[in-house]
Amino acid sequence: MTAIVVYGLQEALRRRIFAVVVLLTAVFLFLFWLGTHYLFADLESLGPPPTNAIDTRTLAGATVLGLGMFATLFLGAVLAVFLTIGVVRGDAERGLLQPLVVRPVGRTTLLLSRFLGSVAVCVPYTVIVFFGAVLIVGGNGGYWPDRYALPAVELAAAVVVIAAIGILGSVFLSSTANGIAVFMFFGSGLVAGLLGQIGRGLNSERIERIAKVASWLAPFEALYQDALHAITQNTVGFTRIALELGPFGGAEQGGLQLRVWTAAYLGVVGAGALVAFVRRDL
Amino acid sequence: MAAALAVRGLGKRYGRVEALRGVDLEVGEGELVGLLGPNGAGKSTLVKIACGLVRPTAGEATVCGAPAGSAAARAALGYLAELFRFPGWYTADEVLALHQRLGRSDRGAAERRELLDLVGLADAADRRVEAMSKGMSQRLGIAQALVGRPRLLLLDEPTSALDPVGRRTVRVLLEELKARGVAVLLNSHLLSEVELVCDRVAILLDGALVAGGVTEELARPRGVEVDVDGGMRRYEHAGRADVPGIVARLIRDGEQVYGVRVLRSTLEEVYLDAVGGATE
Ligand SMILES: Nc1ncnc2c1ncn2[C@@H]1O[C@H](COP(=O)(O)OP(=O)(O)OP(=O)(O)O)[C@@H](O)[C@H]1O
Ligand SMILES: [Mg+2]
Repeated sequence: MTAIVVYGLQEALRRRIFAVVVLLTAVFLFLFWLGTHYLFADLESLGPPPTNAIDTRTLAGATVLGLGMFATLFLGAVLAVFLTIGVVRGDAERGLLQPLVVRPVGRTTLLLSRFLGSVAVCVPYTVIVFFGAVLIVGGNGGYWPDRYALPAVELAAAVVVIAAIGILGSVFLSSTANGIAVFMFFGSGLVAGLLGQIGRGLNSERIERIAKVASWLAPFEALYQDALHAITQNTVGFTRIALELGPFGGAEQGGLQLRVWTAAYLGVVGAGALVAFVRRDL
Repeated sequence: MAAALAVRGLGKRYGRVEALRGVDLEVGEGELVGLLGPNGAGKSTLVKIACGLVRPTAGEATVCGAPAGSAAARAALGYLAELFRFPGWYTADEVLALHQRLGRSDRGAAERRELLDLVGLADAADRRVEAMSKGMSQRLGIAQALVGRPRLLLLDEPTSALDPVGRRTVRVLLEELKARGVAVLLNSHLLSEVELVCDRVAILLDGALVAGGVTEELARPRGVEVDVDGGMRRYEHAGRADVPGIVARLIRDGEQVYGVRVLRSTLEEVYLDAVGGATE
C-alpha cells in the first residue's frame, strides 16, 4: 500500500507538478498580499467610518479573507483534479496501469492508495494556503477570523471531496473528458452557492431551496459556505448585516448534518469508484 | 500438480464483438506454449483474462490451480502486456524495485541486477525510462515480468520491438526459464521464433482454436534431399526413417554423398493452412 502511495507522490514530484504549484501559489499569495495591503491602506485614509455601528476593519478583513478562501478552494480543486483525472482510465490507456494491477496488491488497495496519495498532497496544500491568506490579512490589517481550525478543515475536506469525484470519474472517462467533467461539476457547485446568495438578496425562498439542494449535491460548496460562515461566526450587529450584503456574506451554515453528509458522500463516491474499478476490463 | 494455466470453455464478448468463443487450452508446469493467430484473433484477450485484467463472459481460467484474477493467481504469474509503459521518470532499477515491492519479492538489489543482466540492460540500470529506446523498454518489460520468480509467464509479443540480437537473447532466456521449470505462454507473430523455442503451439482464429499440438509433429514431412556429385537428389515421399536406406543405396551405386537434409513443412505453412490466409 505504501509503495503505491509513494508511487503517486513521486509521480507528482517528478512531473514537476509540485514545482509549478509552488511557483504559482507564491505568485497568487504575493498578489493577494498586494491587494490586501492597499485595501487596508485605503481603509485608513478613508477616515472614521460613517457610523460607529459598523466595524469597517472587520468588514473589509472578512470580505478579503473570504476572497482568499475562495482562491484557496479553487487552487486546491485544481490540484486535486490534476492529480486524479487519469488514475484509472487515463493510465490504462497509456499502458501504465496494467503492470501494477497484475501484481498481487489488488485493485481495491491500488485505488485507495492512489486516493490517499493525492489527499496527502492536496490537504496540506489547502491548509497551508488558507493559513497563508489568514496571515496576510491579519498582518496587513489586523483582522483575525473568529475560527481557524474549522474553516481550514472544511476547505481541506472540500478538496478531498473533489479528489474523490476525480477518481470516480477516472474509472469511466479518459483524462481530458474527466478533467472537463470534474471542473464543470465544480463550477456548477460554485454557481449554486452564488444562486443561493441571489436568492437571499431577492428574498426568494424557492431559489434559496434549489441552491441549497445543489450545494449539498456538491458538498464541497456546502463545506466552503460553512467555512465562510465560521470566520465571522461571532460577528454581530450591523457589521454582520453589512457582511451579509457582501460577495462572501450570507454564507450557509451546515453544522453537524453537513459533516455526516460529507462522510457519507465520500463513502458512496469511494464505494462506487471501487465497485466500478474492480469490475472494469483494462 | 495443477497446470500452470488451464482454460476451459473460455468466452469473451465485448459488446457485439465475440473475441473468444469457447477456448480450451492448458499450459503444463515448465511448458513453453506459443499462441498464434491473425490480428484480432483473441490472443491478447486470452492472456488478459489469465492475468485478471479482463473478466471472461463464459468459461473459466485457473493459474496454478487458483482462479484467474485472484490474488494467489496474480502472485504466481509474470506478465508483459503488448502495449505497456513505465513512468518516464523512473530508472530501470526503480521500475524493478517498485515491482519487487508490489510483488513482495525480498531478493533486493541482487535480483534486480540479475534480471537487468539477463535482458542485456546491465549498463542501463540508472537510465530513465523516458530516455530508453523502444527495444530497451521492452527488455525492461521482460525483466519486470520476471520479478518475484513467477511460475507462469504470460508474454504478449515480447520481441516485437527487439533487434535480432535482442530476439536471440530472449530465445536463450526462454530456454533457460524452461530448464528452471517456468511455464510460458508466448503470443507472437514471429513464427520462426515460435518454431525454435515452443514445445507446443495453439492457433487461434476468430476466437476459436483451429489447430494445435506439439510443434515438431505439426510440421509434416516433405521428403529428403541428398547432395551428391550430380547435384541435389530429391526423394518426395521419404522421411527421416528412410535416410539410412537411401544413403546406403547411393553409396552402393558408387555415388559420393556430401549431405542429407530431411525436409518438413515449416510452421509458417502449417499456420497459413490453419488460418486460410485470413487476417482481419
Ligand atoms: N476493449 C475492447 N473493446 C472492444 N473490443 C475489443 C476490446 N479489446 C479487444 N477487442 C476486440 O476483440 C478481438 C480480439 O482482440 P485481441 O486484442 O485479443 O486480438 P489479438 O489476437 O491479440 O490481435 P493482435 O495480433 O492484433 O494483437 C478483436 O476483434 C478486438 O477488436
Ligand atoms: Mg494482441
